[in-house]
Amino acid sequence: MPDTSYTSDEMMTIAAARMVRNGAVLFVGIGLPSAAANLALRTHAPDTVLIYESGCIGSKPDVLPLSIGDGELAETADAVVPVVEMFTYWLQGGKIDLGFLGAAQIDRFANINTTVVGSYLKPKVRLPGAGGAPEIAASCGEVLITLRQNKRAFVEKLDFVTSAGHVTGGRSREDLRFPGKGPTAVITDLGILTPDPETKELTLTSVHPGITVDKVVAETGWPLKVAPRVATTAPPTAEELSVLRDLQERTAKAHAGNA
Amino acid sequence: MSKITSLREAVQELVSDGDSLALEGFTHLIPFAAGHEIIRQQRRDLTVMRMTPDVIYDQMIGAGCVAKLVFSWGGNPGVGSLHRLRDAVEHQWPRPLAIEEHAHAGMAAAYAAGASGLPFAVLRGYLGSDLPKFNTNIKFIECPFTGERLAAIPANRPDVGIVHAQKADRKGNVLLWGLVGVQKEAVLAAKRSIVTVEEIVDRLEAPPNAVVIPHWAIGAVCEVRGGAFPSYAHGYYARANAFYKQWDDVSRERESFQAWMQRHVMETKDFGEFRRSLEQAPGERSERSGAHA
Repeated sequence: MPDTSYTSDEMMTIAAARMVRNGAVLFVGIGLPSAAANLALRTHAPDTVLIYESGCIGSKPDVLPLSIGDGELAETADAVVPVVEMFTYWLQGGKIDLGFLGAAQIDRFANINTTVVGSYLKPKVRLPGAGGAPEIAASCGEVLITLRQNKRAFVEKLDFVTSAGHVTGGRSREDLRFPGKGPTAVITDLGILTPDPETKELTLTSVHPGITVDKVVAETGWPLKVAPRVATTAPPTAEELSVLRDLQERTAKAHAGNA
Repeated sequence: MSKITSLREAVQELVSDGDSLALEGFTHLIPFAAGHEIIRQQRRDLTVMRMTPDVIYDQMIGAGCVAKLVFSWGGNPGVGSLHRLRDAVEHQWPRPLAIEEHAHAGMAAAYAAGASGLPFAVLRGYLGSDLPKFNTNIKFIECPFTGERLAAIPANRPDVGIVHAQKADRKGNVLLWGLVGVQKEAVLAAKRSIVTVEEIVDRLEAPPNAVVIPHWAIGAVCEVRGGAFPSYAHGYYARANAFYKQWDDVSRERESFQAWMQRHVMETKDFGEFRRSLEQAPGERSERSGAHA
């Protein structure tokens, strides 16, 4: 029986937050990554530096931002810098340890699509596009990706490669001479996938409590590689759940009114 | 036209059909009042560039002002899609829309190159992405010193750069703070420029290193209180997140969008009247209209 005292989205956010090591300098995407990063900051990783592409370095928002440039992010930052400086000195300059991204589609080498579903010129669904992601994926020391796992998102072939992960696997990323080593984990609502050290193909290494390996395989649009020994993710602790719920409650309240 | 003028006059004088425009402001200080005035004056065939098209370009695209969009992230932040942008891309409504798509790092570098008077920007970017396959303005060059493959994109040189800021003094020197985005670059890269401000004051009292754009680098300065609503002006008012959420409903269907634009933009004479029209909207509580900023 799956534990019903928390949701699969809560498990995903908590598992993603745990991947953030204390003190990391973290470039944060909006949405799921931002929730996980802020949870990490409030639990095991209080010295983490959250960077938002709008120009905020060291933000400590009390509520999750709706946009990447909410006033709260600037007011609580250690430094606020122009956008040109953010992308040149800080990101391209190699000052960021960890990039934290979401995606609409991902493939077996952790390349991601946030641009279109369908063909680029005649899209079925036009998504927002690249934003900072291609250069975050290229230049951060390493990259975490978090998204819900299903066959629409975990696809055999991306409709569009917005940001490169491990490209075509093996040493193909190294050939592009990216400064950063690329995605090191994909955290979903079902489990955790990590790239094989040699082939770089995403491999299921952990399932969340109550989730079977078969279920994860069934929700993946390619024949998913499964580690010889699949761990079970530790369930959320009472502290993790209460910090996350408080954060989300404050956030809902703040954004429902007239900010 | 004097330097300090009304927004109506500034748009009449400085913005023409067929121009390329950059209305910048990264989430913060988005020049909504100027966007509305361009819609009211029914400018057409514009090329508009902006890192994040946001609701402001959704409105201009849906109103039929725009022939081409240059951008790097086209969503309603934290809410979802920009429905008018999607309708234009997916169904060519109300007219076909050409798009030139970048990543943020490229757009920012292109503004900096424009402000620097350089022909192109160079950056470590776009590698491994499909964007260069569809945007012929993204090319790659070899570093003459290390051989590294780097992206090159043309400088952004808009005809008119338009931004909103907190303050100007009576000469037209402009002070902005908080998230300053690429606003300074957009003004300095442009041939002409319009800056709307929250207030015109006797003295800016700007500390050294503050972001000040000197009056002689700006075309027109216009006082428009609340002119960044529903985005925000640090130190003046917060982002109207509720408006951004409500826009999802207003803009989803063509009819509701057109009715909203007609009632609140085309039938109002300026931004002040626009704001009052939101408060008075029949059958809508003012908090739903996001009218309190």
